[in-house]
Amino acid sequence: MTAALIVKDLHKVYKGGFQALKGISFEVQQGDFMALLGPNGAGKSTTIGIVSSLVNKTSGTVEIMGVDIDKDFSLAKKSVGVVPQEFNFNQFEKVIDIVRTQAGFFGIEKVQAEERAEKYLKLLSLWDKKDEVSRNLSGGMKRRLMIARAMVHEPELLILDEPTAGVDIELRRSMWGFLVELNKQGTTIILTTHYLEEAEQLCRNIAIINDGEIVENTDMKSLLRKLDSETFVLDVANELTELPLVEGVVLRLIDSHTLEVDLKKDQSLNPVFQQLGLNSVDVKSMRNKTNRLEELFVGIVEGAADK
Amino acid sequence: MEIQKQFVALETIVVKEVRRFSRIWIQTLLPPAITVALYFVIFGNLVGSRIGEMGGFDYMKFIVPGLIMMSVITNSYSNVVSSFFSTKYQRSIEELLVSPTPNYIILIGYVLGGVARGLSVGFIVTCMSLGFAELHIHNWLVMISIVFLTSVVFSLAGFINAVFAKSFDDISIVPTFILTPLTYLGGIFYSLKMLPEFWYNVSLANPIVYMVNGFRYGILGVTDVSLWLTYGMIFLFIVVFYSWALFLLNRGAGIRS
Repeated sequence: MTAALIVKDLHKVYKGGFQALKGISFEVQQGDFMALLGPNGAGKSTTIGIVSSLVNKTSGTVEIMGVDIDKDFSLAKKSVGVVPQEFNFNQFEKVIDIVRTQAGFFGIEKVQAEERAEKYLKLLSLWDKKDEVSRNLSGGMKRRLMIARAMVHEPELLILDEPTAGVDIELRRSMWGFLVELNKQGTTIILTTHYLEEAEQLCRNIAIINDGEIVENTDMKSLLRKLDSETFVLDVANELTELPLVEGVVLRLIDSHTLEVDLKKDQSLNPVFQQLGLNSVDVKSMRNKTNRLEELFVGIVEGAADK
Repeated sequence: MEIQKQFVALETIVVKEVRRFSRIWIQTLLPPAITVALYFVIFGNLVGSRIGEMGGFDYMKFIVPGLIMMSVITNSYSNVVSSFFSTKYQRSIEELLVSPTPNYIILIGYVLGGVARGLSVGFIVTCMSLGFAELHIHNWLVMISIVFLTSVVFSLAGFINAVFAKSFDDISIVPTFILTPLTYLGGIFYSLKMLPEFWYNVSLANPIVYMVNGFRYGILGVTDVSLWLTYGMIFLFIVVFYSWALFLLNRGAGIRS
């Protein structure tokens, strides 16, 4: 099967000499849900800009659904839907007009454009706002509008550049549900986000870009297996005045009802619970101190910066 | 992109443009109507009645074609320059750039939007002029072709201005400092034959002179310059401006990093 996206040795030098991309290469298979992560200014948006024709590349090749953008960008564009980071629709137009107009730009006839606009505005819970002028929408609604607009030509590859930035948790979860369903139906999705929990939950593969270079490109499970140790937070029922004695692990008393325990990858939690039980410590609940992907991400990016 | 789909994309851009200037008709259609009505009252009626004849016609009748043309020129230009610059400014141009719509369709779409506004204003002004002067069209074909092609020229010019513009100041510099003087000195209010030889020859370097006179010929049947030269000049401008605008779009000037 043809890859949804193949990026080879992609370079971008902006006017003024800033080198945003230093020869990145990666592939995204059809049906994949991939996270493209990196700190601010790493080159994520430049990469997305090149794939969606908003940024001219300096050198390298990009193939979308087997079509080289240098040979037939017009054909390649039909397969791509882009949800940019910034709001980029006419703030004075009605919601329905924005979506219908985008369908028209893709050559979709009026009747079908109407049907598609209705379908995606309903799926994204915006149908009741269809006659609203877009500038009157809330931030979350504007983000959903951009997704509806990007989906109206039903692309095989959907690229979302921080789609949930500034969106409340309830809305974020409903957007996750929408994206997962879309991916199940066969749409390949590339997601950039600063919410690493989001990337961990949704994405099967991951590429981390830092300072214009790909520093990690693997599947999510393999990446998470690289984590050497994890820190767990234990909420305890009884009031603790001193640190309970637990052998073989590093334990910290954070406050009278909270403990933190560092556990290496090959260590089990069972002995910790047993020893805490012997000390009459009643553990009510447990959670990871930080998101696992976040720990890895910080390590990878800092490691790359130290090189 | 298949031809049929290109047509849909073109129609979409034109409809979007017409919807835009219709939605803000108080800013786009009303002001030129009021301005030209004042010209008719002051220059045509009050001052014009003391001037007498110009080019063999009542002064009011003489200035009507020029005033219609002035409205068409300024509105075609300002529609495209403000609309395309706004899409750049709001970044909604990205909606078009990510689509498979070819660049020449984008260009033609915006130009037709400018033509639509230019001709709409021209139509309004023409209707208003009927209240001040009786017009008998000398040559419909010349009148319609000249006004249409002139509108295309200035829509293309507006597009080029918008591509280069980096701020709202940049979209008003050309209309204020180039377009308005050339229009006022383009033979709207006087016949070139009134001018001393030196200024007559200088005026011939002003392309608007040809457009105004060509249009005046279509309505009144009189012109200070050759009609063929008028058509030649207009077609030359269309070819040069179209090629330039398309070259800029293909390069992504001002719209792609």
